[in-house]
Amino acid sequence: MRLLYIALQENEEALPIIDSIIEDNPSATVRRYPGMVRIEADGRITVKRATVEGRLMRDWDPQELHLHLISIAGNVHETDDEFTLHWGTAEEMEK
Amino acid sequence: MSTTKKLGLREKYRLMTRGLGWETTYQPMDKVFPYQSFEGIKIHDWDKWEDPFRLTMDAYWKYQAEKDRKLYAILDAFNQHNGHLNISDARYVNSIKLFLQGITLSEYNAHRGFVHLGRQFRGVGPRVASQMQALDEIRHAQTQIHALSHYNKYFSGFHGFQGMYDRLWYLSVPKSYFEDALTAGPFEFLTAISFSFEYVLTNLIFMPFMSGAAYNGDMATVTFGFSAQSDEARHMTMGLEVIKFMAEQDPDNIPIIQRWMDKWFWRGYRMLVLVAMMMDYMLPKKVMSWSEAWEMYFEQAGGALFEDLARYGFRMPKYADVSVKEKDRYSHEAWAALYHYGAAAGLHTWIPTSEEMEWMAEKYPNSFEQFYKPRLDYWDEQQKAGKRMYCASLPQLCQVCQIPAWFTEPDDPTQLCHRETEYKGETYHFCSDGCCDIFKGEPEKYIQARLPTHQIYQGNCGGASIEEVLKWSGIEVGHDNLDYLGSDDQKNWERWKHQTAVEKKIA
Amino acid sequence: MTVNALYPDYQGKVRDAESNFHGGRLLYVAWNRHLMFTNPFAYLVQPDMKFGDFVKTVMAPSFETHPDWAKIDWTKVTWHRKGESFAPDCSKTLKENGLAHKAAIQFSTPGLDGIGGLGI
Repeated sequence: MRLLYIALQENEEALPIIDSIIEDNPSATVRRYPGMVRIEADGRITVKRATVEGRLMRDWDPQELHLHLISIAGNVHETDDEFTLHWGTAEEMEK
Repeated sequence: MSTTKKLGLREKYRLMTRGLGWETTYQPMDKVFPYQSFEGIKIHDWDKWEDPFRLTMDAYWKYQAEKDRKLYAILDAFNQHNGHLNISDARYVNSIKLFLQGITLSEYNAHRGFVHLGRQFRGVGPRVASQMQALDEIRHAQTQIHALSHYNKYFSGFHGFQGMYDRLWYLSVPKSYFEDALTAGPFEFLTAISFSFEYVLTNLIFMPFMSGAAYNGDMATVTFGFSAQSDEARHMTMGLEVIKFMAEQDPDNIPIIQRWMDKWFWRGYRMLVLVAMMMDYMLPKKVMSWSEAWEMYFEQAGGALFEDLARYGFRMPKYADVSVKEKDRYSHEAWAALYHYGAAAGLHTWIPTSEEMEWMAEKYPNSFEQFYKPRLDYWDEQQKAGKRMYCASLPQLCQVCQIPAWFTEPDDPTQLCHRETEYKGETYHFCSDGCCDIFKGEPEKYIQARLPTHQIYQGNCGGASIEEVLKWSGIEVGHDNLDYLGSDDQKNWERWKHQTAVEKKIA
Repeated sequence: MTVNALYPDYQGKVRDAESNFHGGRLLYVAWNRHLMFTNPFAYLVQPDMKFGDFVKTVMAPSFETHPDWAKIDWTKVTWHRKGESFAPDCSKTLKENGLAHKAAIQFSTPGLDGIGGLGI
């Protein structure tokens, strides 16, 4: 397994983001700790702007993730629409 | 209504980094950026540096201001509601004394390093990223001092952290670590701090400290911790990016970086022994054991990372296998040493309760009851008989990590590990092969190490008696040090809890 | 390469040279299988001190809190240095015993194996 994870603070604003990640990454494992949620997956985790916006009912910039992030593992690939964690090169990821 | 199209992330990033740099004409670039080449790292195209977050200064200010607003709202509430009374137990406070004494000014040292890089990198991308990180690091130091100042009103050990960082013997461990990095070149500094520390190891500081704080009712520390950690996620990304960038620039860079990875993995791992001890012994309500944390954050997460980096030709840091062998003993050896030097510490130490020892036996089935519980039990009996162990003999220190040589042989936890070497006719001693190798890599640097034991004997630390040295180190003897049992902290805590109980009854 | 420096021929200063200890020198001692003392101790000693006096007046105050200390049969004690056995002469000085600045020695006490025989 090529473990990747994203850990977010467990707070009101982050919960819709956490739920969106769980929705968009159905094979991920969710681990809950005091004050923190850690989502683990094999190979890739994607945070999609559209899904988060659907839950928040407002515009959401993937950079707002900075407010709630605790930790990540993996290579980061960010666009206006998605925030992705992956292993391997960017070219491999885009395939 | 404005019809101006909002800039895309990539375009904005280009304009706000590359667009800010220029080629100098009055002076050659090599003179303007004199630190670029002496480490042997070859960079052919600085424009290949990509910040994966593509964070620009305007967005940075916006998000950082938002983080600080949230943080200070909570700190105010915490202070106004006497939040310190909601912690699990006053013993807990010692873990944040250790944090303030050992980590806060290390954040400041990291700030100094990134300020230097923010000026000295020839590439604009890394320069902007370093400037942001310099601001993050000083924000961390400031918010930590601010948050913990509330505890300073009620508990011992918080008052003299600046003097302690420079003078208190065991704090030379984090201090020398950061000074080692600060005195290296810019690429080694990034490998040391951004990659080895932030990416590979920092999770083991912030996650357990902050989850531990949450679990032990310390809202102030959770809040500054998670606020800082939200910056760390960006720092970690930069750490990984810098490794990939250097590796892709020139294959000659790879062996140099691998050597730094080996060195800084070991340096960081040794410093984290203080965290191991904090997790297993200093949190009254425990989140996870050091051994579990090491498996999760190093063996699994680090394993996946180095598997990914193998495509460049990197391998796991040297002596990673030793860290795995040591995981069942790391915290136990450290706490025993601190307990036995409990008269010379800026915080309280104690024998764990029987419930805590049961937890340890469960978490460390192959080591705790065999090797460490009997020692604690013996000390406990001695303490109950009025003979609390306070060792007054100065420890032999490792020339590199500066930790007392308390570590045992990788394959024999009952035998102290000792390595020595000679350089230019002088003898040097080490706690491990890892530290000995680091010395041999750059002896001319480490012969200058300022080892507290030796400084005391040279007469540079306020006097010859332990009491004089402690006073010189900023310790209020009889208040900050000694056992938790009988301490001001314990007495005050019991009084406050009693008072709170009475007040509740009346209400 | 002995250091990675910005300019050639960088030389560090030996911070713990013997000359910095005002006539004394450093000697490190560890007691094998007695981890109640969690690490070796560092002593500042006078080179012309007799080894026997060193044991009685310098080591004893450090180690005598251990119940095994009083039971030691000094004729059976073995000493080691740099992984090899070392036979100090108690009537000779530290210097005559070859203990230069920053020497590290270990001693073992056969039959005495720490608290409960557990190496503590």
